[in-house]
Amino acid sequence: MDNAGNEPGRWAARNNKTTTHVGYWTLAWLATTAVAAFGPKLVWDFATFPTILGVLVNIVIGFGMVLATRRHLLGLDELEQKIFLDAGALTLGVGLVLGLSYDLLEDIKLISFEPQISHLAMLMGITFLVGMIAGHRKYR
Amino acid sequence: MKNRLKVLRAERDWTQADLAAQLEVSRQTINAIEKGKFDPSLPLAFKAARLFALSIEDIFQDEA
Repeated sequence: MDNAGNEPGRWAARNNKTTTHVGYWTLAWLATTAVAAFGPKLVWDFATFPTILGVLVNIVIGFGMVLATRRHLLGLDELEQKIFLDAGALTLGVGLVLGLSYDLLEDIKLISFEPQISHLAMLMGITFLVGMIAGHRKYR
Repeated sequence: MKNRLKVLRAERDWTQADLAAQLEVSRQTINAIEKGKFDPSLPLAFKAARLFALSIEDIFQDEA
């Protein structure tokens, strides 16, 4: 290599760092979600102050996760951003169309249980994963 | 859009990873551009042109 080597890997190292940050923020968000969900039932017997505090901390950490993801995205190269955007658009479309239909199922008596938001979250997660894999395969 | 990235890279004995590091993109992006699967943005095309000390037209050609 001639002059290629001017701080090679700096961009990749920066991306690895932001990826790690997103991972930490996501773990923190999951932990605070668990505390907000199970704390009132299992730890402090629905006392108002810790319950509100738990929810607020969860929201703040959630926004931290969003900002960390944004920083990570801005550091990606243009093809990676395109793959992410395509997967995000697919997830939004599938989530909106199937989410609304799913919500309708109980109203029109096709299912007997109440639709859960967690099912929608799982559907969106799986759709996003499929979109990312398809995008990476397309440009392989 | 056709391009001469692979040839220019080979002339300098650079790997895709070497070029990717210079242009601050992933190796996958270099591969996709070389194969014509992905057209780079104007800023990335200028960056490649600066790196190879060529004009953009010397590297990228419209297929129309």
